[in-house]
Amino acid sequence: MKRGERHKVPVEYGIALGLVIMIVVMRLLDMEIGRQMGGNLWLFSRQMIVLIPCIFALIGLMDVWIPNQWIQQRIGEGSGLKGAIYVVMLAVFQGGPLYGAFPVAHLLWKKGCSIRNVFIYLGAFSTLKAPMMLFEAAFLGWKFTLVRSAVALPVFIFIAEVMAAYSRRTGVQMNQLEADG
Amino acid sequence: MPRDVTVILITAAFIGASCFVDRCKTWNGLNKGAKMLNKLLPHLLLLLALVSVFLGIVSPETLMTLLGKEAGGLGVLIAALVGSIALIPGPIAYPLAGMLLQSGVSYTVLATFITTLMMVGVLTFPVEKVYLGVSITIIRNVLSFIGALLISILVGVLL
Repeated sequence: MKRGERHKVPVEYGIALGLVIMIVVMRLLDMEIGRQMGGNLWLFSRQMIVLIPCIFALIGLMDVWIPNQWIQQRIGEGSGLKGAIYVVMLAVFQGGPLYGAFPVAHLLWKKGCSIRNVFIYLGAFSTLKAPMMLFEAAFLGWKFTLVRSAVALPVFIFIAEVMAAYSRRTGVQMNQLEADG
Repeated sequence: MPRDVTVILITAAFIGASCFVDRCKTWNGLNKGAKMLNKLLPHLLLLLALVSVFLGIVSPETLMTLLGKEAGGLGVLIAALVGSIALIPGPIAYPLAGMLLQSGVSYTVLATFITTLMMVGVLTFPVEKVYLGVSITIIRNVLSFIGALLISILVGVLL
């Protein structure tokens, strides 16, 4: 099965191309919805074209420079509260969309970060990023931002505990990627 | 635009420093990164197309009317659904939320929209499953959805 898959062009390319063609056609027909979608496509492409290669260049460098042992000791199994604080700090001072955090989370896990800390990292990344909180406070007020963050913290720690328990009980781990080797 | 420049400068600084210490290791790292990117690319392009189509159908103007003052209890539900599905960058989402606040939308509805937007990603599923696997991705999103609703209710009660 694996051999057959290797030569196949991923079906995602086909679907994405189909949707893009649809958008372009609607745009050319000067439909309002086509203009909307075309604008989004342009906006997101421009955002990704710089961000994504940079993220992966940095992840590659992290992969070769950060020793596994270093990760295991600080944020691995049994790293306790201190480990949780480390990953929250790591997440808070980052920026960018959540889909950019998944490869980082995966790298941390591969290097020995515990499942609980991986999900605390994702939780903090999605709700406590400093640059986003500045934005949030500017438009919705500091009171809203602080209350929301204070409530979110225990919630995503609880979610991380549940994910860790699920992984322990079922043995389900993250995806092993071939490119890791 | 200034953010792009910052990102490029930071990345270039790290690559430069890494090269200075060990050129071979740097090459290895960049190679690994490129391989990972190559693996993600089809999923990323799919995400890009899906988000563009979705946000074309549900435009900010549509959202304003959907979540508006008259929406009432239904507003929370719509906010949760749209927030879970959509992927809207912060620099667009927060000004939109600010406008909604001024037009009289409640804090609970706003918190629902913002937290589901941040924590739950239906459209990002193609990317998330590459790294976390299908079952963990589904469980994370379901738990995050429940968690986001809980956060919003608490924010609504507290504010």
